[in-house]
Amino acid sequence: MPINVKVVERPTEDVSYIRAALRGMALTVKHLFDVNGRVTTQYPEEKSPISPRWRGTHRMLTTETGKARCVACGLCPTVCPANCIKLVPGEDEEGNRYPLVFEIDEFRCIFCGYCQEVCPEEAIHLGRHYENSEYSREGFVYDLQRLMDQTHPVCEMWDPEDPKGQ
Amino acid sequence: MTGSPTFALLQVPIDPNNTPVSGMPFFLFTVLKLIIIFTVYMVGVAMLTLAERKISAWIQDRHGPNRVGKGWLQPAADGLKNFMKEETMPAGVNKVLFVLSPMLAFIPALTAWCVIPFGAPIATRWGRVDLVVADLPVGFLFILAITSLGVYGIVLAGWSSNNKYALLGGLRSSAQMVSYEISMGMSTIPVLLLAGNVSLNSIINQQAWGGWNVVNLTIAFFIFIVAAFAETNRLPFDLPEAESELIAGYHTEYSAMKFSLFFIAEYASMVTASALMATLFFGGWDVPFTGHDNIGPYSGWLSLLSVFIFLAKILFFLFLYMWVRWTLPRFRYDQLMSLGWKFMLPLALIYIVLIAAVLLGLSAAGIGQGMMQAAILGSFNIALIIVLFAILDRGRIISPAYGRMSHRELERMRALDRRREMLAATDARVDARAAAGGSN
Repeated sequence: MPINVKVVERPTEDVSYIRAALRGMALTVKHLFDVNGRVTTQYPEEKSPISPRWRGTHRMLTTETGKARCVACGLCPTVCPANCIKLVPGEDEEGNRYPLVFEIDEFRCIFCGYCQEVCPEEAIHLGRHYENSEYSREGFVYDLQRLMDQTHPVCEMWDPEDPKGQ
Repeated sequence: MTGSPTFALLQVPIDPNNTPVSGMPFFLFTVLKLIIIFTVYMVGVAMLTLAERKISAWIQDRHGPNRVGKGWLQPAADGLKNFMKEETMPAGVNKVLFVLSPMLAFIPALTAWCVIPFGAPIATRWGRVDLVVADLPVGFLFILAITSLGVYGIVLAGWSSNNKYALLGGLRSSAQMVSYEISMGMSTIPVLLLAGNVSLNSIINQQAWGGWNVVNLTIAFFIFIVAAFAETNRLPFDLPEAESELIAGYHTEYSAMKFSLFFIAEYASMVTASALMATLFFGGWDVPFTGHDNIGPYSGWLSLLSVFIFLAKILFFLFLYMWVRWTLPRFRYDQLMSLGWKFMLPLALIYIVLIAAVLLGLSAAGIGQGMMQAAILGSFNIALIIVLFAILDRGRIISPAYGRMSHRELERMRALDRRREMLAATDARVDARAAAGGSN
């Protein structure tokens, strides 16, 4: 030991291994029998609440007639930093634009939420949802029908009562 | 027909309480006992892995395994998983030893159960059946000999793996086990002195009459339990497995069922050590607070009760193992060695001398085995515990890294250092004056 190290003369009760060990044993046995103190969340049965701003897998909202609200304006594929949205616009006989193809590759998606923010029709939303496992890679490319079929609550990008986050 | 020896033998009335069973029934009973012990032991070891996980979880405020059959089938799921896993055989291993060493680690712990009595004898119409597979007259020596073979499995596993971490882990583990084996053996000598015999049955009988050894020989029990923790590589002495230094120690290169066998071996030796503690210090299968259960007439109920009592004692020690494991942090290697060699061994040796002296004095005073002897030993024991606790409490037995330098030595070094500093200061002053004089 370096000779200039100061050796602190601590009281016996602080340096005694036996007392410390016994105190530790008493503490652990207290926790052992503390049935109500168990903190594990039993996950599949019991889920922790998630934030209203949680950004999970997407949803496409629909109109009252059951069609997608999307007007194929092309803003979301433009703003998407991960380039994960594939949009082919179409036009019906009345001149309304609608998406012929609307696909989101959830593998490429970085869940930034820009598509939801930029959407003028409030059609595409991120969802408050995280259980999105699949058996194949193809399953992660969500087409329009699948996006419309999702029912989970959507992400609130901001609190409606406090839009500036104050 | 009446003159045939077989018939004549059958005519002799058998006292079921005294005549040991012999011949064909002996063989059949022995096979039966082997099967029962093996089954209960293996199932028990499997359930121990569950118990460990449950207790660790509860101590850490978790729930533990509760999915496969409410948690009860977790050991089966683990076993199944281990069977499905790939058996790896790294390049350059010594194949024979690599395969052999998991068995070598496990078999000694199992074999020790041959001589451990697990219940009061049963009186049958073929004679008395002792609830022990082989009632060896040298029972305890057999156990010492067999359990010390367990170190071979570990050191050979480390050596045959062709892996530096495995080798270091094996070496460390063998050093630890060999060191603590000495104090373990020494701590049992007072027990043998009291019993006057090395047969485990006579040790149990002595405790049934003269009080459990834990009451009379607490310090021996203390040394034994610490050494047993070290022998089974459990916390706070689980140095062979050190992720940051040695990966997984001696079983780094093992996979699947071979790894699992090491795991089983650890728990198996825990059970064996617990059984030894119960036998040597807690009266074995002796039912507490009853004096005359160790001699006949024996009944089935008494035997059953004694088996359960023995199981309860073993379970208590197994719980203690787990409780300590999830409480105490591990020792550093030098602390481990200094505790083993510089504290446990001298303590055990001194204790042997003290107990031998007391026993000699008692026998000189004409006090033999019995209540009087137990009372004197007990009061002597209390005095010794107080002294030991005072020493343990004040001394730095579990020393910090700098603890090896004594206080006086430290003061001497400091004085030297102060003197050197003073001299250096004087020199500097002289130099400065010389420099000042030169400039003038």
